[in-house]
Amino acid sequence: MVKIGAVDTATPIQESIAGIYQSESRRVLATLIRLLGDFDAAEEALHDAFRAALEQWPAEGMPANPRAWLVSTGRFKAIDAARRRARFDALEDMGEKADPVFIDTDAWADDESVEDDRLRLIFTCCHPALAPDAQVAMTLREVCGLTTEEIARAFLTPAPTLAQRIVRAKNKIRDARIPYEVPSRAELPERLEAVLRVIYLVFNEGYSASSGEQVTRHDLSAEAIRLGRLLVALLPEPEGQGLLALMLLHDSRRAARTSPDGDLVLLEDQDRSLWNRDQIAEGVRLVEHAFSSGRPGPYAIQAAIAAVHAEAPAAAATDWNEVVGLYDLLMRMTPSPIVELNRAVAIAMRDGPAAGLAIIDGLLDGGELREYRLAHAVRGELCRRLGRTADAQVSFARALKLTRQEPERRLIERRLADVSK
Amino acid sequence: MKYLCLVYLEPDKLHAVPDRECAMSGQRLRERGVLVAAEALEPIETATTVRVRNGKLLVTDGPFAETKEQLAGFYLVDAHDLNEAIQIASKIPPAREGSVEVRPVRELVP
Repeated sequence: MVKIGAVDTATPIQESIAGIYQSESRRVLATLIRLLGDFDAAEEALHDAFRAALEQWPAEGMPANPRAWLVSTGRFKAIDAARRRARFDALEDMGEKADPVFIDTDAWADDESVEDDRLRLIFTCCHPALAPDAQVAMTLREVCGLTTEEIARAFLTPAPTLAQRIVRAKNKIRDARIPYEVPSRAELPERLEAVLRVIYLVFNEGYSASSGEQVTRHDLSAEAIRLGRLLVALLPEPEGQGLLALMLLHDSRRAARTSPDGDLVLLEDQDRSLWNRDQIAEGVRLVEHAFSSGRPGPYAIQAAIAAVHAEAPAAAATDWNEVVGLYDLLMRMTPSPIVELNRAVAIAMRDGPAAGLAIIDGLLDGGELREYRLAHAVRGELCRRLGRTADAQVSFARALKLTRQEPERRLIERRLADVSK
Repeated sequence: MKYLCLVYLEPDKLHAVPDRECAMSGQRLRERGVLVAAEALEPIETATTVRVRNGKLLVTDGPFAETKEQLAGFYLVDAHDLNEAIQIASKIPPAREGSVEVRPVRELVP
């Protein structure tokens, strides 16, 4: 790993190189993977290229197109290294593609193909033939440039485990020949879904995890939002916009979601003046974009629900009719007991607790949500509102037994204490 | 690059796809020029496992591994990359009844 811009002694040109590393290194890597056909060789070439820049630029000045310079230098270094390794055999094998003199460097570092390379990298890291946790690790490592140690810390996984996951994924990409390409139109919806799933998983890990270092975890959400932005910029599909909107709208409530002593604050009790208005405005704009396509998907619909909450000046002013309508739409698209539970809450808010409770009791009788803590917590709350104290106690106690998150446990304990007074 | 597509089916699904349909799909793949070889297998009850230990031949009845799904057939295909191999595998009729394992073929090092 090259150390760039040691802070106190950095010259202006070293600082420029550090800035270029920040903004360009992932792009350069994505292109080098295409040119070299190998992740490890490309990473090594990337570092060699930046090392060469640190050596040469201070004396020779910055090249006119730093990115093209880095790509062509990295490629040259990789070919050089491969030649040295293969000194005795197969030299003629490499001859054809090895001579950098005949290559027009600008042609493979122009903006369009470089942006395509970034998409290729994303789709390759999120290839469904890789294990789900490997997709997440590869995306954070290769697309976002996080170190293995940073990813391990964020996911509370031992670094060697994570490193092994990445090695295994890279081996599979090479040995099973997972192509470095953007999927065709026909494959795009399914493949995009996989990418979105990875991004949302990263976001949720940062947003709803209660254990581990808060700061690191917040970084994961920020990383997911950055990824979402990148994806939407490269590929403006409605569901990508929907997911970015959903993440922004959830994240806008971050400051209001926990009390100073780390307790969870429910949506209806949050101080809405703490919500991030810029994020809300951006999220709402994206939702509108996604819906104007005429084919909003599940992420866009969930984002629209979040937008209804975000735009209500007070909890009591929430347009519950709109929320119910959106959940109806979501139920038609992706029916699940969890969506049904959320819909039941919206019904309870619109038509009163008894209407919501009837649906939830039906769901619990169905059996699928019997082990789901939030189903019991919601049931407890609705019973409490109906004055059915004993039922509320039973449900809160059940929820308490099932929960494993510390702030959530404290919240349910408080509720249980309230109804037991 | 060659990929071996191994077709796995639960015992009661072995004849879920008519032979005629399998033969036709094999024919289509052959016409596309991607099929190297394909065969259906007799049920697992007919399997015999062979081992050689210390130069001694050991023959036992049945398959090496007991699993719910059994190997029911294979397609050896020639595909450009895994995406094409997956696309070919998805056209193998038993994929809708059981599962198809797609394995890249390893070139032996001489």
